[in-house]
Amino acid sequence: MNEPLLQVEALSVHFPVRGRGGAPATLRAVDAVGFEIAAGETLGVVGESGCGKSTLARALLHLVPIHSGRVRFDGTDYTHADERGLRPLRRAMRMVFQDPMASLNPRFTVRQAVREPLDIFEPQRPSRERDRLAVAMLDRVGLGAAFAERYPHELSGGQNQRVSIARALVADPKLVICDEAVSALDVSIQAQILNLIADIQRDTGIALLFVSHDLSVVRHLSRRLLVLYLGKVMEYGDAAMLFANPRHPYTRSLLDAVPVPDPAVERARRPPPLSGELPSPLAPPSGCVFRTRCPRASPVCAITPPPLRGGPEARFACHHPLEEHTP
Amino acid sequence: MSVAAPVLAVRDLAVHFATRRGDVAAVRGVSFDVAAGRSLGLVGESGSGKSQTCYAIMGLMPGNATIGGSARLDGEELVGAPRARLDSLRGRRMGLVFQDPMTALTPHMTVGAQLCEILAHHEGASRTDARSRALEIMERVRITDPERRFDMYPFELSGGMRQRIVIATALVLRPALLIADEPTTALDVTVQAEVLRTFRAVVEHTGTSLLLVTHDLGVVAGACDEVAVMYAGRIVERASTGALFRSPAHPYTRALLACRPRLDDPATTRLRTIEGQPPSLAGGDEGGCSFAPRCIFAQARCRTERPALLERRDPDGELRRVACHLDAQA
Repeated sequence: MNEPLLQVEALSVHFPVRGRGGAPATLRAVDAVGFEIAAGETLGVVGESGCGKSTLARALLHLVPIHSGRVRFDGTDYTHADERGLRPLRRAMRMVFQDPMASLNPRFTVRQAVREPLDIFEPQRPSRERDRLAVAMLDRVGLGAAFAERYPHELSGGQNQRVSIARALVADPKLVICDEAVSALDVSIQAQILNLIADIQRDTGIALLFVSHDLSVVRHLSRRLLVLYLGKVMEYGDAAMLFANPRHPYTRSLLDAVPVPDPAVERARRPPPLSGELPSPLAPPSGCVFRTRCPRASPVCAITPPPLRGGPEARFACHHPLEEHTP
Repeated sequence: MSVAAPVLAVRDLAVHFATRRGDVAAVRGVSFDVAAGRSLGLVGESGSGKSQTCYAIMGLMPGNATIGGSARLDGEELVGAPRARLDSLRGRRMGLVFQDPMTALTPHMTVGAQLCEILAHHEGASRTDARSRALEIMERVRITDPERRFDMYPFELSGGMRQRIVIATALVLRPALLIADEPTTALDVTVQAEVLRTFRAVVEHTGTSLLLVTHDLGVVAGACDEVAVMYAGRIVERASTGALFRSPAHPYTRALLACRPRLDDPATTRLRTIEGQPPSLAGGDEGGCSFAPRCIFAQARCRTERPALLERRDPDGELRRVACHLDAQA
């Protein structure tokens, strides 16, 4: 097998904070997380708020400092790269954020916003050529040249998100990180953008890291899945397997909580298995971090953190995994 | 449908905003009832008028708004009622729950004090009486260990528990109607499931009626008896939750259900979409069906003549209202 496009090993992101009583404390937002993304593939990252999924995405681009671990992308180790050394990474790995109104510069026209990455990474190209590429990319995301001279405030949320996607794609990236990229959109617009992302991926072969709290959306796009809880990996592997037969009780609880637009299913719903509250990330439970809300927890869970185990297709970190069905 | 007088009766409700760019007709003639102890989900995308409908009922409108039509709570007209009267009805007869529990609660008061303040202000309850009723309602919204939570500040509680406290503040005066605007949109799925269960339990045990506004059909499926789907300021379809999901009749309802990826569907490669965008609500009301420009079934008549919301019975006897020429022909 070829080397994966992105290889992340034991990545940790720590933030110094003040805990109770103002004492210095360490928030382990991402704790020894490892995963890989092959060229052209989609990895979905899911978890509740505060699980570290957005911090993880940001750490890959060095938007937050990496505490420890290793990030290899496209054959180069970027873990300790400086600003200059990061330039190739920042060209080949792009990000689409949740709120395009906040991530697009309000003083830039759509054309300026989309061509900016080319201005930065390919200044040797003639200006007219950069304009042409930017407008061609606008066409590709379904906006067309008519939008080129407009400003973000003149566009709808869905149109602005298309601009963000064009901006992410214009300099030929290898990986695009979508951080809740469709979460702020209405369902009818969300479907348009999800189809657009799928089409572009099919045509260009880019890889996607798709971060979302919405499991239905993640399932629709992802081939593999990473489930995080309090900064740690709970389960990681083939998305179809994880959705059909989750081994970790947390994955099961997440799936069970998603409302289904079918009253018969909803009425027959089991009571939510997740009890209790998300523990403070400043004082995570000993042993398995999920144990305080886990229906299967036993004394061993409070002592030993469960290692990630399982086969090459799917791995889980649990002492008392759910049964494996044979398909 | 029950013969008893509805708790909430809305007729031809219209909301206009005078803006610098001219008149914006956000709600364009909406009618529905909510019966005692029943729950109605008002579903639509941004700009459909679902939230403005509910703010108009609550009397929480900015100065540039004009409200037409009628909304009666237990027979009492709310549209055009004096402000003081609406202030007294809100909280007492209709409880309100908003999207963000952090801004709905006062940050520098304990949650217990906030519940007691409501009881003291509206009913002049004594301290001990207020405390015991506050604890009772906290238990009702499934707050574990209410005695301890009583003395906590909102920031000390998790998002889900805060939203349940907001529901408690809305319920503490035993209102006839609970109005909730996107109450679970800011919450994680796991927490959302718990809050929706709280709503179901409240409607079941207290007999309060519920008007729930949401963009999420999945939320309605679990929480409401009936659903009204709104598009461009009007209701386009209304039916019992079972009937609506089993056999959606309006092309917009059908498209809305089809374009959302579902966990219980086989993973598909392509989603159904609704091409185009909702119409602008500024300017005059063009004739015809508002959905026609995006409707794959639209015919010439749909572009010139507005379909009325007609009542009919499904083959299985279920009552349904649909505003579509094609449905009326069928």
